[in-house]
Amino acid sequence: MLVHIDQEKCCGAGHCVLAAPEVFDQRDEDGIVVLLDAEPPAELHQGVQDAAAVCPAAAIRLERV
Amino acid sequence: MATAAQTPRFTHPAARGACPFAPPPAYQQAQQEEPISRISLWDGAPSWLVTRHEDIKAVLSDARFSSDATRSGFPFVSAGARQLGTGQLTFLRMDDPEHARLRRMLTGEFMIKKVEALRPEVQRIADELLDAMTDGRSSGDLVREFALPLPSLVICLLLGVPYQDHDFFQECGRVLLSREATVEEVRGAQDRLVDYLIKLTDAKRTEPDDGILSRLVARGELSTEEIGAMGRLLLVAGHETTANMTALSVLALLQNPDQLAHLRAHPESVAGAVEELLRYLTIVHSGLTRVAAEDVTVGGVRIRAGEGVICMVSAANRDEQQFPGGDGLDLSRDARRHLAFGFGVHQCLGQPLARLELQIALNTILRRLPELRLAVPFEEVRFRGEMLIYGVHELPLAW
Repeated sequence: MLVHIDQEKCCGAGHCVLAAPEVFDQRDEDGIVVLLDAEPPAELHQGVQDAAAVCPAAAIRLERV
Repeated sequence: MATAAQTPRFTHPAARGACPFAPPPAYQQAQQEEPISRISLWDGAPSWLVTRHEDIKAVLSDARFSSDATRSGFPFVSAGARQLGTGQLTFLRMDDPEHARLRRMLTGEFMIKKVEALRPEVQRIADELLDAMTDGRSSGDLVREFALPLPSLVICLLLGVPYQDHDFFQECGRVLLSREATVEEVRGAQDRLVDYLIKLTDAKRTEPDDGILSRLVARGELSTEEIGAMGRLLLVAGHETTANMTALSVLALLQNPDQLAHLRAHPESVAGAVEELLRYLTIVHSGLTRVAAEDVTVGGVRIRAGEGVICMVSAANRDEQQFPGGDGLDLSRDARRHLAFGFGVHQCLGQPLARLELQIALNTILRRLPELRLAVPFEEVRFRGEMLIYGVHELPLAW
């Protein structure tokens, strides 16, 4: 799984950090999404899918590899 | 295909039915029969009503549906709500890119790790309020003594607003959020509150503190008036919502003793429980509003430019396709897809803080008050049907 984020779309709601804290963080200055792991291990995939599903700004895109 | 010429189904907001926790039956009926339908507003103006989870997500994430309340056709639920939405423009009622520019000045303040760092302080406040509430007494009003002061104290701390002024700003908030308030009353409350925040912001210029108002001043990008309007939005949104959600959640748990017992026995499950309560209670009960900036087709219905849209998130949060058995409260449900905080780029800015406050409030109440019960018959509890934010006016409890 490849994870793509769009910092322009992000509205800083923080769902991704709650769903997959190993993969997503928020920038200190403005709370915008930061990608910690673009190719997370299998055990984190469910959390990443949850994060993408609940993101209100459609700022997370998942690519199968 | 539905058209704008259709006869309205009913006047929004419709009356509630027998269960005070459920949305008015008219919305769930519309969801089954005609999920995107025509309704009329208080002044007779027509609007679209959207009731299904999928359709509401589509509307709220589509930039062609504008949040700009000054656009012709924007729907309001009362004359007072129109004044609230257009009297002082905040980013809540703006579109990108201006909305994003202003919102991003605040997103860092409410990000997960920053809010999580507040946990010990919020817990301390919750414990102190319960100490005072239970000191030598075995009954009291949870709204006045706990549910309202907890988020008020926290938002005051974050903004840098003196809590001793709470009678003043809470009264202003009550007027702003009343569907029965006149335009003049809403305008007066807006002016008083924003004047107060402008004076406060001016004072921060000479004596800055560690609050959000001071940080906005230090950025140097906004006028004192703009900071005042932003502060007004955060102050009201920051306490009325969580206060009502806290009290209504406690009441819903008392009416569902098996669910209450489960949460009391499993305080570690409180995060999921709060999501389910947010879904089940959806206190933004008159819906989220947009106006089409161009022609858009949603769910097979053509919505024309200039037509208003009301997204009934309370109905969507009980959409059987998303939440089977959704008319029941089930704290073990994965309810994270609920729309209680909205959806799209306007989704609630303060939701991490609301979650933290609700989690701490509920666990602290359940842990410290093992004999908690309603002190009046359920039928005597006064619900906030006439307010823009649903809840209860008082919650008389015994412990």
